Amino acid sequence: MYISHLSLLDFRSYAAVDVELEPGPNAFVGRNGQGKTNLVEAIGYVATLGSHRVANDAPLVRAGAERAVVRTRIVRGDRASTVELEITPGRANRARINRGQLGRSRDVLGILRTVLFAPEDLSLVKGDPDGRRKLMDQLVVQLLPRAAGLLADYDRVIRQRSALLKSMRALRGPLSGVDMSTLEVWNAKAAQLGAQVLAMRLQVVQALRPEVAAAYDQVSESDGHAELAYRSSLETALSDAARPDDVAGSILPADPRAVPPSAEELERLLLDAMAAMRAQEVERGVSLVGPHRDDLVLVLGGLPAKGYASHGESWSFALALRLASYRLLGGSSPAGAMQESTALPTGLPTPLSTGSTTPRFWNDDFGTGAEPVLILDDVFAELDLRRRVRLAELVAPAGQVLITAAVPDDVPSGLMATRFDVVTGSVTRAA
Amino acid sequence: MYEGAVQDLIDELGRLPGVGPKSAQRIAFHLLAADAADVRRLADALLEVKARVRFCEVCGNVAESERCRVCLDPRRSDEVICVVEEPKDVVAIERTREFRGRYHVLGGAINPIENVGPDDLRIKELLGRLADGRVQEVILATDPNVEGEATATYLARLMVPMGVTVSRLASGLPVGGDLEYADEVTLGRAFEGRRVVGR
Repeated sequence: MYISHLSLLDFRSYAAVDVELEPGPNAFVGRNGQGKTNLVEAIGYVATLGSHRVANDAPLVRAGAERAVVRTRIVRGDRASTVELEITPGRANRARINRGQLGRSRDVLGILRTVLFAPEDLSLVKGDPDGRRKLMDQLVVQLLPRAAGLLADYDRVIRQRSALLKSMRALRGPLSGVDMSTLEVWNAKAAQLGAQVLAMRLQVVQALRPEVAAAYDQVSESDGHAELAYRSSLETALSDAARPDDVAGSILPADPRAVPPSAEELERLLLDAMAAMRAQEVERGVSLVGPHRDDLVLVLGGLPAKGYASHGESWSFALALRLASYRLLGGSSPAGAMQESTALPTGLPTPLSTGSTTPRFWNDDFGTGAEPVLILDDVFAELDLRRRVRLAELVAPAGQVLITAAVPDDVPSGLMATRFDVVTGSVTRAA
Repeated sequence: MYEGAVQDLIDELGRLPGVGPKSAQRIAFHLLAADAADVRRLADALLEVKARVRFCEVCGNVAESERCRVCLDPRRSDEVICVVEEPKDVVAIERTREFRGRYHVLGGAINPIENVGPDDLRIKELLGRLADGRVQEVILATDPNVEGEATATYLARLMVPMGVTVSRLASGLPVGGDLEYADEVTLGRAFEGRRVVGR
């Protein structure tokens, strides 16, 4: 799919702007603070109903305006649809699809699919586990929209369970029978939902591993053996010996082709782990076991990327995570790229081929023209010339890729065929 | 801010659920402009409801005497009890005219965040009603959210060992709607709870 038209009203720095976009690469060039990122932020908002930069909507509306309007025309296969989104801070957003009535904004989800890489993504490598958990959970939801309800329910169960643990801690005495049986109910719910979340995450990580390894090698032009591992609070709870903090456990099979544990198996393990941790949990008044305490460990050449990787390596890893997500969501890969991958054991089937043996909770067939729009915000400035050229080759086959850059020379000429100059809230197509 | 009595009324109205400051102001001025007789009727209704209405000592539903209308009705079956969170859920189920058994109103759901535990709900009373062995089935009709599900699980764990059949309301598609308009969570639940039509 691709976006053929974007128009903004009172969005961030833009009073009103209209942009006609082309399939394939589109580059937005302009000095810092001119509004390049605002354009891709608006597009990302239509896809996810959230900004990649801020958690609340107030900064999205131009100072003095009441609401912002983002209108996009999305072409998928030989069909076009228009999505108009009205963003009013403090109120429910409303959306109009094609020429229909203004309705719930939620109905917009799924019409436009994007994968966005932004400088903020560096925190995927260097930041807290929270960001990496979000990355996994967002992929799960993009692959299976129903999982959004599951994740919300799990979150609610954990908050209820933690509230109960806190009140048990406040009592300080021996635990009453009613408290114990209530806790058991919440344990059962947390284990049941948590196991489903965990099982889906593990399947996503398994599918992501070969893609991340390949993408990292391509953008870094090395074979740094970028690997993913999953550190589960489950294993910390069930193993007697204290594990060194940087070593990931074996809940995720070492072999990227192996089948990860099923939800049923994980549910049993979670119940055991909660039983083992009961005293500690009551003492601290916190839920210590479950996917909300887990981490996706990024490993580079056998060492955790967090703390060990250089700035450039961290940058490449973050980019590789997004490019891998792009392919997992049905993005096209450059011809021959997969065969070049050296991080994979030889004789492995091409990732995402139809002969995949590991079970997947999602349907790989996203439909014709469903390929997501790839957005690369300010990525080329951080790369040296050779890596820029490699990345350009990598994204050239994408159905549509939107690029922002402050310095035009940073972007390889192959991606500059459709170029827009962004100057203080106006966007003009360069001849 | 308005003078004395008007502002007092706006403040009181604003404390009602679902009434914001703007609505409170609108209602207050509506009352100010209304007939004295109309306003008196409203005031009487408010006082009356506090004076007359109490809770049924058997099921916990709203009642005007010691027992509610449902518990007093001799035509209803004593073999089935439907457990709900609030009296308004009784009204909702009564509207279906499907259910001919009795009710039990818990007065909420287990909710540690709001500091509501099993002891704060009318669970002992429910177990008491099962003691004489006449009740064959208990239908758990708590809300289909996290708290309602947890409450249902808690009750099921208590009651199944007592030898009573425990069932839970199904969740799924709204009747008369279009499949394509169902949200993914509901549709997913409907798939999970599908029934075999024949084989």
